[in-house]
Amino acid sequence: MNIPESLDPVDAIKVNLPDALQDVVEFRGETTLVVASKDIPEVIRFLRDTPGLSYNFLSDISAVDYYPEYTRPGRFGVSYHIYSMLYNHRLRVKTYVEEDDTVVPSITSLWPAANWFEREIFDMMGIEFEGHPNLRRILMPTDWNGHPHRRDYPLGYETIQFSFNVDEILKHKPFAED
Amino acid sequence: MGVTPKLGNLGVVTSTVEEAINWARTGATWPLLFGLACCAIEYMSSQAGTYDLSRFGMELNRASPRQADLMIVAGRVTRKMAPVVRQLYDQMADPKWVISMGDCASCGGVYNNYAVVQGVDEIIPVDVYVAGCPPRPEQLMHGILTLHEKIRGERISDWAS
Repeated sequence: MNIPESLDPVDAIKVNLPDALQDVVEFRGETTLVVASKDIPEVIRFLRDTPGLSYNFLSDISAVDYYPEYTRPGRFGVSYHIYSMLYNHRLRVKTYVEEDDTVVPSITSLWPAANWFEREIFDMMGIEFEGHPNLRRILMPTDWNGHPHRRDYPLGYETIQFSFNVDEILKHKPFAED
Repeated sequence: MGVTPKLGNLGVVTSTVEEAINWARTGATWPLLFGLACCAIEYMSSQAGTYDLSRFGMELNRASPRQADLMIVAGRVTRKMAPVVRQLYDQMADPKWVISMGDCASCGGVYNNYAVVQGVDEIIPVDVYVAGCPPRPEQLMHGILTLHEKIRGERISDWAS
């Protein structure tokens, strides 16, 4: 079997998709490519299909809410963790999303496995994936309000009962009828 | 028990209808077969050979709510699960009882957040609360015996209401 020589993903992107790459972050041996959200499908398709890269396994898609720090390009970060089974390389492709425009193109056409990852991020973070075939809530009930993993979402914390405040709490606690 | 054998060789015992029915209900409270979280492991363990809930008249767990008398809520009830638990409770035929097993089912436990119901008594009426995280089988059995005491004390005059 003829295995092509392994390529450096950063160099390959710089040569072939020079407009897409916004930033490259190296941290403890992990490489993160920062791209604009509109370029996500193109970049990931390139990384998957190019001989010498073949990042052919989608490990995970995750999202971060950086609220209330506005030191990054956008409030939300969406990370695509991809893995090359052939070369045993891992790579992270990241995009930042603004608070008032939380739309990222879906990559379900590249990997069907992205379907539930994107649904989970939509459910928990409220980031919409354009082109997703079935963008519904996956964890929370269908009639839920809000997106719980946003950092401005209330925790729903209830006061803990102690002997000094139990009467006051039980006065307001709803109890079920038969 | 209150069942008084009559003196003599008649082979007759006397009792009240109330006591006889309560005795029968105590001896055959079949639980509903379901578990929601780690408390269900202890619940299964109580059902198994070492602790053997059969001794208390719980020969088998019915997988159908129509055939169950007792609902043991074993585990935290999430807000997504709450309508399902309530529907199972509504599907059970009277008379029915509920044991809230463990801290999470009783008051939310450590899960004091938006996703978990802070006590299953917010959605279904609970007869006995069993504390513990999770409760040992002995504690669950104590809760069941406490429920038996409650059943024995039920009054026929209250059934009509």
